[in-house]
Amino acid sequence: MRAVISVIGRDKKGIIAKVSGCLFDVNVNIEDISQTIMGDLFTMIMMVDLSESSADIGHVNDLLQKTATDMKVEIRLQNEEIFNSMHKI
Amino acid sequence: MLNINEILQTIEMVKSRHLDIRTITMGISLFDCISDDKKKTADMVYKKIVAKAGKLKETGDILASRYGIPIVNKRVSVTPVSLIGASGGGFAEIARALDRAAKEIGIDFIGGYSALVHKGMTDYERRLILSLPEVLSSTERVCASINVASTRAGINMDAVALMGEVIKEISRATADKKSVGCSKLVVFANAVEDNPFMAGAFNGCGENDCVINVGISGPGVILGALEEVKGADFSVVAETIKKTAFKITRAGQLIAMEAVKLLNANFGIIDLSLAPTPKRGDSVARILEEMGLESVGAHGSTAALALLNDAVKKGGVMATSYAGGLSGAFIPVSEDIGMIEAVERGALSIEKLEAMTAVCSVGLDMIAVPGDTSAAVISAIIADEAAIGVVNNKTTAVRIIPVCGQSEGSVEYGGLFGTAPIMKTSPFKSDEFIKRGGRIPAPIHSNKN
Repeated sequence: MRAVISVIGRDKKGIIAKVSGCLFDVNVNIEDISQTIMGDLFTMIMMVDLSESSADIGHVNDLLQKTATDMKVEIRLQNEEIFNSMHKI
Repeated sequence: MLNINEILQTIEMVKSRHLDIRTITMGISLFDCISDDKKKTADMVYKKIVAKAGKLKETGDILASRYGIPIVNKRVSVTPVSLIGASGGGFAEIARALDRAAKEIGIDFIGGYSALVHKGMTDYERRLILSLPEVLSSTERVCASINVASTRAGINMDAVALMGEVIKEISRATADKKSVGCSKLVVFANAVEDNPFMAGAFNGCGENDCVINVGISGPGVILGALEEVKGADFSVVAETIKKTAFKITRAGQLIAMEAVKLLNANFGIIDLSLAPTPKRGDSVARILEEMGLESVGAHGSTAALALLNDAVKKGGVMATSYAGGLSGAFIPVSEDIGMIEAVERGALSIEKLEAMTAVCSVGLDMIAVPGDTSAAVISAIIADEAAIGVVNNKTTAVRIIPVCGQSEGSVEYGGLFGTAPIMKTSPFKSDEFIKRGGRIPAPIHSNKN
């Protein structure tokens, strides 16, 4: 299953390192990363593949939420189907 | 390949514009629970609901987490109870079974304590209606609805007269809780069989054994989109609403299909609705104001609402294989901060609201009136609303709360029910009109003027 991870918050060192470390621990593959700055907010979007992961999406999300609290940013993990459904005919 | 702006747009809709799935409602047929023993019937009703919907709440939570979209309500609707208890009686026992089942599976409301009496009222349907004050005051989660009119049958004025009396009784029976019992009863014209929204949801006789109906929402998302096209003409306004409604509906369709798989149910419909909540930024009234009205209730409000209602449906129907329910824009007073403020500033009267219901999704919804409003006036309000539905071939409804012991100010219900400002009704009487009884004939379907 593919999913989209979005990270939104104030820019600071180590955001990408922390999130990707967290994903490496549960064998989630990062397929694409893009970043942008919206106003003074750092925004990172990651496309990930969970098919070989040792954890289910709920567990991966729990791990990411811990990172979100530590880094004081918002992190969302969403099945990519929601975006395909809403934006593609 | 997904583009970053599309991803951010969806995230923004959830984060700042209150995009959510308003309800996943499981419709359950209770026909196989009918027996000639009321205790046995109630027992089977309880068991069937717990068996079918036991995982409803958990499933909703799983899907909300998987797709990152809040699913606000998980609810159950059942076959009209008047039919289930017709043989064995025991309507109150069935109501208590519904209440216990709802509590057991962790949902806040269960709908279907209902009767369809638009053409005639049988003895058992009358018994169910007369049990409403006791049932709605002694249960916590049971919701009721009575259909008193249809385009094909006309308006059953005997039922309309009775409902005025019953609503007053419910108001008195729940006087210690600000007459809140009345908020759990909807009086319909042209009720639909697949409505997922409370308090008027029931699983119609033509429905499957276990059906998933999903109600979408998102007034804040539509408002956000319209703020991007300030001053543009109405073709742009309509187009913007359609495109946004399409996206919202697709989210609902995806969630519905996944819920159907996980719950081993049939797919019913997507209700293409804009359902407000009392939260700021989640208001249908604000959308009308964004179109250029100083306040909802100003002249132009009916036209603005007509455009909104139509564009939501046009955008939504392409996004789902089956649209249904009460599709359209809801304009409940107490549940929409913009509507509450319009009443408080004197911009919105019950008369203007009635005109707006001719083009909205349902009708006079969550209207508080003085506690001393007579039963005949309440019946007459129901009759007016039913007439709009019957003649225009649409669903209309009345959910009205005469607040016992209060004649002005507002009533705080909290949660999704919000705050209801008490609205003035006409001081002129309708008693003799309601006393006549009988049935207003079905309207003619040609010579439409």
